[in-house]
Amino acid sequence: MKAFETFETPTAARVNYINAEYGLKSWLLTKDHKRIALLYLGSISAFFFIGGLYAMFIRLELLTPQGDLLSSATYNKVFTQHGIIMIFFFLIPSIPATLGNFLVPMMIGAKDLAFPRINLLSWYIYLLGGIITIWALLAGGIDTGWTFYVPYSSTFSNSYVVATGLGVFISGFSSILTGLNFIVTIHTMRAPGMTWFRLPLFIWAHYATSLIMILGTPVIAITILLMAFERLAHVGIFDPATGGDPVLFQHLFWFYSHPAVYIMVLPGMGVVSELIANFSRKNIFGYKFVAFSSLAIAVFGFLVWGHHLFVASQSVYAGMIFSFLSFAVAIPSAIKVFNWTATLYKASISYDTPMLYALGFIGLFTIGGMTGLFLAALAVDVHLSDTYFVVAHFHYIMVGGTLLAYLGGLHYWWPKITGRMYPEGWGRFSALVVFVGFNLTFLPQFIAGYLGMPRRYHAYPPEFQVFNVLSTAGASILGVGLVIPFIYLLWSMRYGKRAEPNPWHLPGLEWRTASPPPTENFLATPVVTWEAYEFAPPEELEVIGKFREEIEQA
Amino acid sequence: MQTSWIPFVPESASTVSGKVDALYFYLSGVTAFFTLLISGVLIFFVIKYRRRMPNEIPRPVAGSHKLETIWSVIPFMIAMSMFAWGAQIYFQNSRPPKNANEIYVVGKQWMWKIQHSTGQREINELHVPVGRKIKLIMTSEDTIHDFFIPAFRIKADVLPGRYTTQWFEATKPGSYHLFCAEYCGMNHSGMIGSVIVMQPTDFDNWLSGNASQQSPAVAGQQLFQSLGCVSCHGANGEGGRGPALAGLFGQKVFLTNNQTVTADEAYIRESIENPQAKIVSGFNPIMPTFQGQVTPEQLIQIISFIKSLQISNPQSATAPAVPAPKAAPSTPANTTSAPNQQ
Repeated sequence: MKAFETFETPTAARVNYINAEYGLKSWLLTKDHKRIALLYLGSISAFFFIGGLYAMFIRLELLTPQGDLLSSATYNKVFTQHGIIMIFFFLIPSIPATLGNFLVPMMIGAKDLAFPRINLLSWYIYLLGGIITIWALLAGGIDTGWTFYVPYSSTFSNSYVVATGLGVFISGFSSILTGLNFIVTIHTMRAPGMTWFRLPLFIWAHYATSLIMILGTPVIAITILLMAFERLAHVGIFDPATGGDPVLFQHLFWFYSHPAVYIMVLPGMGVVSELIANFSRKNIFGYKFVAFSSLAIAVFGFLVWGHHLFVASQSVYAGMIFSFLSFAVAIPSAIKVFNWTATLYKASISYDTPMLYALGFIGLFTIGGMTGLFLAALAVDVHLSDTYFVVAHFHYIMVGGTLLAYLGGLHYWWPKITGRMYPEGWGRFSALVVFVGFNLTFLPQFIAGYLGMPRRYHAYPPEFQVFNVLSTAGASILGVGLVIPFIYLLWSMRYGKRAEPNPWHLPGLEWRTASPPPTENFLATPVVTWEAYEFAPPEELEVIGKFREEIEQA
Repeated sequence: MQTSWIPFVPESASTVSGKVDALYFYLSGVTAFFTLLISGVLIFFVIKYRRRMPNEIPRPVAGSHKLETIWSVIPFMIAMSMFAWGAQIYFQNSRPPKNANEIYVVGKQWMWKIQHSTGQREINELHVPVGRKIKLIMTSEDTIHDFFIPAFRIKADVLPGRYTTQWFEATKPGSYHLFCAEYCGMNHSGMIGSVIVMQPTDFDNWLSGNASQQSPAVAGQQLFQSLGCVSCHGANGEGGRGPALAGLFGQKVFLTNNQTVTADEAYIRESIENPQAKIVSGFNPIMPTFQGQVTPEQLIQIISFIKSLQISNPQSATAPAVPAPKAAPSTPANTTSAPNQQ
């Protein structure tokens, strides 16, 4: 079985983006989007590790109803810092800054992003924000919850609120710059023949994500700035003691932070669209519906923030409008799930590791989305808000969704990124462990939540213990499932089997060049003559394979 | 806490909890059905259409507008049924019934202070009779808290500088969890208590056993004296240099800027703490601010005194039902009942 037409010259000892230059300076001053993606990969992995450690302490503390492992003050810092690190320094940059950075130019046939220097700058900004945040955590930590709600954050907390806020504020600019870079690149640098509707759905998802990054992130920056002003100078914006309105903060905060959920999950949906199509050798069912549903989510995502305020003294009528819109925004997500499922009909499905992650994503994202309906339903949300039901719901979206997509994508493009294959057996095994561990961790939390267990509780009534023991057991399994890929991926960088340019035999542009690619991605400018996910271009059918029926008849 | 025969549902002990559970079961049923349907189809396809030959290529497929329409419209209709049901219960519960007993709740780090309109005070406990409508009027002394009773399926944020309300009618005697559900700092998870629902006779016994305390209205009356409100608003709230207060609560008030406001808790509180914000038509902005001089609890007492003026005053010019000095400071007058005071 031969590969698709390539745009590289396959010579044995070729120069690629990794061995083109050596030395620390060649990495720290690089303008190559692929190297910058690796810089991001290293740094977000470090942050993921720190956030994971905090999660471990949370689960250990909650093993027993009494607050016996950590003090209340420490526990409050631990869950706050888990949230801040995971959301702002892992989930938001995860897929766009690593896989997106690496693949957006390659998938559209470009040499680099539109602004390579800004791309490098965005990593330094991210790193600066991260270092300031880590410093704040080491200096004394923060205990406001990742939501920074006033007036607790502005008046009552005795922790490093302003320093942490500054770190988050700064890292937001890296998000804005990345979004800007993607939008300009996708508009202006597509290869000849790469029309909008030939774009892989990964690109559509990143385009939609970039829109949210550019439009939403400034609002959280302003909000954090105002909160810091309030804390330092008591200017009277949010604190009722000086005439401010604490609910205004919540409106501004969620105006960004709800769309931020889509910053986290839309790129994941883009990855899953790639995996589903490529590992079943089918074009995505309803390509345009999947593409436009990303844009619909980006737009409607900005109109649902008020569903975080159903019990926060918001007007009854505002509550009803936000409830309606929240139900409406579920539809584009449902459309994606249906189209992915329909794509599998009469497909040729392989069970490679990335596909296992993609199938896991669909299952867990479906549960996450379905439980979102409970929280959009006003009367039920009154009971459920700020309980463990909410905690379980958003972990299904962010871990079951984003993290699984990220891991699936990382495995899928690993041969392209590193030029090495990972061990397939270990890959499948860890995907299974992650899936089992994840469900055991978070399914019991839905039940604890409906029974009334509030979130952010250091100690809890003993009748909730059984659910917490299950959760902690699941989290241990999940932790093991995440350590395994960490080890074998590192191992494979040196000892893995060398990867072919196109190990999965796929039509996407990124597979039509060497693994790892040369610095300029393609030695000749690619000319695109095929549709997205076109596995059987008539003129190449001979060399690629045969239609299933023809094989069966023979 | 789980006594219901249905697993994983908390005790249902208010008139609302059954309605919320019914919607919850509807949501659970529909979402479980679709989750199983999607997973089932997915697993079926993944097994049936597994790759058998390394070089097999499935026929590409065109999309279908018909299918897309079906799986957009049907979920949308189902989602709208969920929306309508949830909104209906929420809307019904948003307005406390007029005849509800009022209980004041003040949250502070990290305790709940509760005062009944008859004067009894409690901390982290709320005693209520079964079968009677109870309205909670809530505020915070510091940061945001949230008054959550899982067995009643009710929850509402408790904000500083603002009054929020929620109401319930308990249906089953017993002791139920009371949680703070908005993160409020170090001992957030210790800001818990119990709601004790009693038979009406037991409740009356409990009330009389704790009867020695002053009711908030009487305490408020004393505050009016000591803060000097009487000099402008009159000993019986009949008004003077300041607007009359008797009969004010719940009425519409005309302001100098031609706007109208309803005299509710928030308006009275604002007029005490920031009197210049809304000036009653026909009066001069001469009232000083009392910000920082009255605590949230004292504010509640003053407000409940002003409320008490409403009932007793219109017919009590000569024989006041409640003892003598019916003083009332601060805040603008209403239109109807002011002139007949003396």
